[in-house]
Amino acid sequence: MRLEPVASRTMARTLGLPALALAGTVVVASLLAMLAGANPFATLGLILKGAAGSKFALLETLNRATPLIFTGLAVAVAFRAKLWNIGAEAQLYAGALVTVLIGTKLGLSGPVAIPIMGVGAVIAGALMLLVPVILKVRLGVDEVVTTLLFNFIMLLFISMLLEGPLKDPMGMGWPKSEALDRDMRLPRIVEGLRLHWGFALGLIAAVLVWILQSRTTLGFEIRAVGLNPNAARFAGIPIRAVLLKTALLSGGLAALAGYSEVAGLKGNLTLDLSPGFGYTGIIVAMLALLHPLGVVVSAIFVAGVFVGTDSMSRAAEVPTYIADMALATALLFMVLAILLTNFRIVRG
Amino acid sequence: MPSLAPPGVALKLTGITKRFGRLTANDSISFALHEGEVLALLGENGAGKTTLMNILFGHYTADEGKVEVYGEDLPPGAPGAALKAGVGMVHQHFTLAENMTVLENVLLGTVPLWRPTLDRTAGRARLERLSREFGLAVHLDAKIKALSVGERQRVEILKALYRDARILILDEPTAVLTPQEAQALFETLKTAVGKGLSVIFISHKLHEVMAISKRVVVLRHGKLVGEVATTDTNERQLAEMMVGAEVALPKAPAAAPGEAYLELRDVSLPPEGRRVGLSGVTLELRSRQITGIAGVSGNGQAMLADLVGGLAVPASGEIRLYGKPVTAWSPRAALDAGVGRIPEDRHAVGSIADLSLTENAVLESYKTAPQSRSGLMDWAEARRRAEAIIARYDVRCPGPETRIRLLSGGNMQKLILGRVMEAGPRIILANQPVRGLDIGALTYVQERLIEARGEGAAILLISEDLDEILALSDVVHVMSEGRLSPGFARGTKTQGELGALMAGQGFDDAA
Repeated sequence: MRLEPVASRTMARTLGLPALALAGTVVVASLLAMLAGANPFATLGLILKGAAGSKFALLETLNRATPLIFTGLAVAVAFRAKLWNIGAEAQLYAGALVTVLIGTKLGLSGPVAIPIMGVGAVIAGALMLLVPVILKVRLGVDEVVTTLLFNFIMLLFISMLLEGPLKDPMGMGWPKSEALDRDMRLPRIVEGLRLHWGFALGLIAAVLVWILQSRTTLGFEIRAVGLNPNAARFAGIPIRAVLLKTALLSGGLAALAGYSEVAGLKGNLTLDLSPGFGYTGIIVAMLALLHPLGVVVSAIFVAGVFVGTDSMSRAAEVPTYIADMALATALLFMVLAILLTNFRIVRG
Repeated sequence: MPSLAPPGVALKLTGITKRFGRLTANDSISFALHEGEVLALLGENGAGKTTLMNILFGHYTADEGKVEVYGEDLPPGAPGAALKAGVGMVHQHFTLAENMTVLENVLLGTVPLWRPTLDRTAGRARLERLSREFGLAVHLDAKIKALSVGERQRVEILKALYRDARILILDEPTAVLTPQEAQALFETLKTAVGKGLSVIFISHKLHEVMAISKRVVVLRHGKLVGEVATTDTNERQLAEMMVGAEVALPKAPAAAPGEAYLELRDVSLPPEGRRVGLSGVTLELRSRQITGIAGVSGNGQAMLADLVGGLAVPASGEIRLYGKPVTAWSPRAALDAGVGRIPEDRHAVGSIADLSLTENAVLESYKTAPQSRSGLMDWAEARRRAEAIIARYDVRCPGPETRIRLLSGGNMQKLILGRVMEAGPRIILANQPVRGLDIGALTYVQERLIEARGEGAAILLISEDLDEILALSDVVHVMSEGRLSPGFARGTKTQGELGALMAGQGFDDAA
């Protein structure tokens, strides 16, 4: 059996295969639920209800989608230039760390801190990715390895800070930082609804990245460098500069995920701030075929699966691990669906 | 001896039609290949030769028509079927694994994946026999990367023969060969045909077609426009069939050169990987003059081109532009200084395959108005520029939004030429500008270069084809092992004298 590229994507493949992938996910999730002793036919309803069945559920999904939009955009931007940024997790934590530092250590007070924290976070995330990319363009060090390893370094570093200088004295011994003042938090978009401005910022970022990619000279340069660096260099495109700019952009976007989680939702920094948003961002970007607006859709979809299965597992009294397994299944099916949209299987 | 029975038909194409959008790449093409003959398939770039072969090999599915091999229908769209039926193809760009040996490359893909070991002994014996029978001498344990282009081609042919090919298709087989290697290939083909093989020889080099083929099939714009016995035709008639009008190679009239636009003074560069460096190269490119660099490829021409194109910076010595020494040198600096560059490799360096014609057309000029203003692209303007190039330089394509990957080599080259010329260059680097092009595109490119010279440009022409150098150049330099001979004015050296220099003889006292 071999894979062969299809000459042109048909509508049936483009729409049918993702639908099949969703159906497959539902079947597997139901089987898992059945193994755990729940009624498989009830579970689908519970997933949908949990993800979008009520105003609360829907807002919960959008809240969960917010960091994924940022990390998804970060990955989409970098991958376009064939810059393999696997370190969105580290950049996210760098953003979160600087948000907390500015918010709690500089003696700022009131809403004026909100934009300052945001800018600080972006700079931190950008610098976080700049280091591996400088190593790449100067010394040829593989960024897949360095950005991946930075995730662990960053997590251990945060752990050290939370056990030491940043530890909340009122935190009953938990490794967590002091919380931001209430008036330093990102406000809710609509008063009374649990959805903060981080989500709106994510949408704006997606549109801006889309404009950057399709309308600006930098976007053109990024694509050219990603598709054929030799031809790009010959045509006078400064490859190193383009890669460094891409790194700043990608790192900054990932850091906004940390900023929006701290300033919009959690208020403080803990070691479980991100349940792998940085890594899931890779999947989000791939599902969106690296298209910035597609990232928004796929981030909401992935968040929906998270939130829906989570809620289902509680309602049907099955272990919450089923949520993780269902999501993993969804991602595998989706990746397969994307593959089969562009390739067909040939015998022989 | 008159043949008692007509030779059998090895391969038969009937009414093959293939459309890509508005473009009909193959329009109802029918012909037959007889057993034991060499059939030449002749046509310009974009005439539909490659599409036809892709259909035969199941890479594309024809919209209409069918393929028969030895009387059996070939199922459409099944790449394995042609191989199994005994059709072997030697591509223009070889498909060999560089870091494996000749033997491994031939065995690759002939052994099922689940077999844990490789039976090298039986394979070796068979391959040695084939190599002897067909006069294809090649060392079976040599790594591919150590082989010359001619040897690699022999491996490709052996690969096909090893898989019991009875029909051999060669796509532009001589484009990459030296004349001696081409001669050896012809001998091999004659042996093969003598043993009952049938050969389709795809080419646009007329004298080769005349020398090797028994019959000729000519394609133009996707249609079959002629089928003649080689003995009943001549080069001129074939050329006319190919391009549809009488053609003549351009002759460049002598010109009065102007001032020196670009000078290299005693420039040296260390070798880089397998590329020969430069030692003490001195060169002057004058306005209204074509300076030709003759030489066997791989003698430093690539480095010289990089130097003029902005990709390389001299390790010692100096570049002077318009009389002033150059301080910062890069592709961008070269472009800004009015150097237009036609690179040697139009696929990997001159264009980006997955970008559209529009995007490729502005690849060097996207940063300037009107293509972009303060960092924002004006794609409508870029598209207009691409459309202008397509119209002015006769680029045949479905439209400006087509990915350039889908264009034939000649049309790709015309787009690159257009991109260079539209920028109004004062200095033009033309590195192998017509390699692999058919007569129509070749003449076209050469005429544009001569025209640019008339408008005052200083042109550096690098080519392995001595005839081309002699036809176009006002001044000829010879390159050998990284050294550059002094310039010889048109007609002051014979072909033989230049040939001796190309071989590196008498270099030190050539001045």
